[in-house]
Amino acid sequence: MTDLATEAGPAGRSARSGSAEGEETGPVLAADGRPLKQSLRRALRAEKLRALALIAPLLIFILVTFIAPIADMLFRSVENEIVSETLPRTTVALEQWDHTSGEMPGDDVLAAFTYDLVAAAERKQHTRLGTRLNYEMTGISSLFRKTGRRVDDFGEVYLDQFVALTPAWEEPATWMSLMAEPGWSAQYEEWLADRAAAEEADRDFETPQPLFEVKDGVADVLPETADAYGEFARIAQVENDDNPAAEEPWAPVYLALYRDLAQATPDSVATLGADAQALLEPARAAVAGFDTVPLSEMFVDAEEDWADPDVWATIQAFAPDYTAGYFLASVDLQKTPDGVSAQPEDQRIYMLLFKRTLFMSLVIMGSCVLLGYPIAYLLSNLPLRTSNLLLILVLLPFWTSLLVRTSAWKVLLQQQGVINDVLVWIGLVADDGRLVMINNQFGTIVAMTHILLPFMILPLYSVMKTIPPSYVRAAKSLGATNWTAFWRVYFPQSVPGIGAGCILVFILSIGYYITPELVGGTTGTFISNRIAYHISSSLNWGLAAALGTILLAVVLILYWAYDKLVGIDNVSLG
Amino acid sequence: MTTASDTDFVVFDRVQKSYDGETLVVKDLNLGIGRGEFLTMLGPSGSGKTTCLMMLAGFETATHGDILLAGQPINNIPPHKRGIGMVFQNYALFPHMTVAENLAFPLEVRNIGKSDRDAKVQRALDMVQMGEFGGRRPAQLSGGQQQRIALARALVFEPELVLMDEPLGALDKQLREHMQFEITRLAHELGITTVYVTHDQTEALTMSDRVAVFDDGRIQQLAPPDELYEQPQNSFVAQFIGENNTLMGTVKEINDGVALVELDDGELIDAKPVNVSQPGERTLISIRPERVEINKDRLGENAHTIHAEVLEFIYMGDIYRTRLRVAGNDDFVIKTRNAPDQRRLQPGEKIEIGWQPEDCRALEA
Repeated sequence: MTDLATEAGPAGRSARSGSAEGEETGPVLAADGRPLKQSLRRALRAEKLRALALIAPLLIFILVTFIAPIADMLFRSVENEIVSETLPRTTVALEQWDHTSGEMPGDDVLAAFTYDLVAAAERKQHTRLGTRLNYEMTGISSLFRKTGRRVDDFGEVYLDQFVALTPAWEEPATWMSLMAEPGWSAQYEEWLADRAAAEEADRDFETPQPLFEVKDGVADVLPETADAYGEFARIAQVENDDNPAAEEPWAPVYLALYRDLAQATPDSVATLGADAQALLEPARAAVAGFDTVPLSEMFVDAEEDWADPDVWATIQAFAPDYTAGYFLASVDLQKTPDGVSAQPEDQRIYMLLFKRTLFMSLVIMGSCVLLGYPIAYLLSNLPLRTSNLLLILVLLPFWTSLLVRTSAWKVLLQQQGVINDVLVWIGLVADDGRLVMINNQFGTIVAMTHILLPFMILPLYSVMKTIPPSYVRAAKSLGATNWTAFWRVYFPQSVPGIGAGCILVFILSIGYYITPELVGGTTGTFISNRIAYHISSSLNWGLAAALGTILLAVVLILYWAYDKLVGIDNVSLG
Repeated sequence: MTTASDTDFVVFDRVQKSYDGETLVVKDLNLGIGRGEFLTMLGPSGSGKTTCLMMLAGFETATHGDILLAGQPINNIPPHKRGIGMVFQNYALFPHMTVAENLAFPLEVRNIGKSDRDAKVQRALDMVQMGEFGGRRPAQLSGGQQQRIALARALVFEPELVLMDEPLGALDKQLREHMQFEITRLAHELGITTVYVTHDQTEALTMSDRVAVFDDGRIQQLAPPDELYEQPQNSFVAQFIGENNTLMGTVKEINDGVALVELDDGELIDAKPVNVSQPGERTLISIRPERVEINKDRLGENAHTIHAEVLEFIYMGDIYRTRLRVAGNDDFVIKTRNAPDQRRLQPGEKIEIGWQPEDCRALEA
């Protein structure tokens, strides 16, 4: 062997290289010396790119118009930024609060809440937040709405006392000189002048206004006041298009000033400069003697429900940016500060709906198999001409509007409807005992079985058509009766069609909406009807998204289970 | 010619079949099949042979006439009670069952006990040399293996009659020849009566005890293979079975069982009168390519010869195949053995050919 190879010379060597001699164990090389795998990849890449280019328009279309919105929608099921965005100070302050104390939070939290709420009320966001929190605890919505109207009075008692001290506290200019960064004031004046000039000349003016900035150092001495006044000034600028230098601050700003000065020392006040010291020092000295009203009293005075620690616990529980609350609500649980607990008995609805949806979908699927199998069998065994005609009859409902078909069932099934009339007429049913066949589960099952039947018949038919008649003949020739031949030989081969039909019908019916909505009444509605309700009526999109996500997950799990049990390869749509 | 006797195992008695009520697919079929006989129904497609098989199996009902099995009319007996084994064209092995389950199926429906069943299944598998394959699915087997399993399944419940509907049609040539041998061996060993349907004449000739040639809903000839090949009863059989040269002519005279035929170009040749009797009748004479003699010395002294021109010479290994122009017929083929003394004819060569009168049959035109 070795001799032969040696004698064969270079040509012989190269011919047997790799396989015969076994010394080249590396990758197989293509004719140009590159590794064969690489060459193959290169050759296939162009084809892959071409294939990708062909599907790209559809892919992009679906991604942009379908997948992305759905993903965004599903994201809402966990998204909860509204609380921390609307009440930024409160959520931070509440972190330290112990919800088991059984008391309202302390003044720090309440002060933070006052500033948040007055800002939210000015921005008209407090009702939105109230609606959101109302999903978790009934009554919060009105609490926010009503208190929102009164929160700008909170601190009035201090305003009066500051003004009594010196009327300068009532002057917007006093506040400006105390709080505003001189650089910002200059810029703002310039911007105002530019805008006035533009209006004079009837020009468009697009330059954004410089937002209020607090003077350096003020926040160190008067942190809450700087924060509250800054918020006030910016809202005046942005929301109301007012010049903060001409506006009297909200009462809560005086509350903040009072709270800050109560903490301040003569030294700290002195760091703000002579002018500020001259203004602040007398006030600082006086606040100790001010009449005070506890914040908790102000809130309870406004709405007595604020005394309920559960309200605060709810705000605390839903402070994080992401929440499982919607999902818990979807399965009749609720998130409480103490953890997860069941919803009150009378509010449990979603598990019932999920179970009902699954159960009714199974019944519809079963009815479709029972009704569709014989038809598909007949179709596949008739001569082509006849079976085509019958197939058109099967498909006819497809071409009729869904609404028309559903309405037809309404006409047929209602108590004064065709079927009841006939039953009464032939005397099977008494006139006062007409059957209730619609606006309940029965009606939904009947109408949906009818509507989804073609989805069962078509895959069954296409599978049955491929079963050669010789199998049944063979079974009979081997001694099997008609029934045995069908059950042992024909039926097992039609199972892939049953599988395909069942998956189609089940998945379609589990998310069906229109028919249950029209003929389902209260006992025959599906989870999808509830989702639609939350999307369009209650506007609780987070809950709708959570319910939708669960529905999607259920379908995927069932699909996976089906794949494990039956094998998705066995499903044939023809 | 096809009359059944009382001792026959299977009898078709004046059977007719029509699907549409207008045309008869099977016309007045009379056929008797003896016990243990291997009978082949041979014919072109549409000749009614498969219909006959399906009537026997019970999947089609005869429009008229009786089919008897062991003396009993079976027209009204459903297929599963007839106890006839059947091998289908595409094997019809149940794809969702293993090979062993396929074989056990006919035993199961007959309520045969599990241990008995397993023994019979194993015996049947061994019989077709597939003992190791019981656990496989049909899809995992090759065509030839599926064929064996189908055969074993048709035999496992020990039927007295087995029907086979073109069972080897899907196999390649070599495997087909092997299976032909295998099937005949089994049929004879087990002593079962076999009705075999095919359109392949080689298969029919090599396997059968008797062959029924079907055409146009009738049996054209029912005879053992050698008789069929050498003594075709009519021009259809002559042309359908084997390769055949035909020439048109007119009977000049008939003496001592030898007819003198004047071909259309005026040449005279001898033939054996089969279904011609009167001089002056138009006739189609038929001669097998291998029976044509090109060496005048081997013919009798008074034998007639005719002129021929060589058109084409094909070397086929064991034989030479030469195409001639004879009496205006360009497709006259002769086959000569590739022997040392045999000459290779050249295209364009003019030769004389002749034959023994008994090899050439004068049939009705």
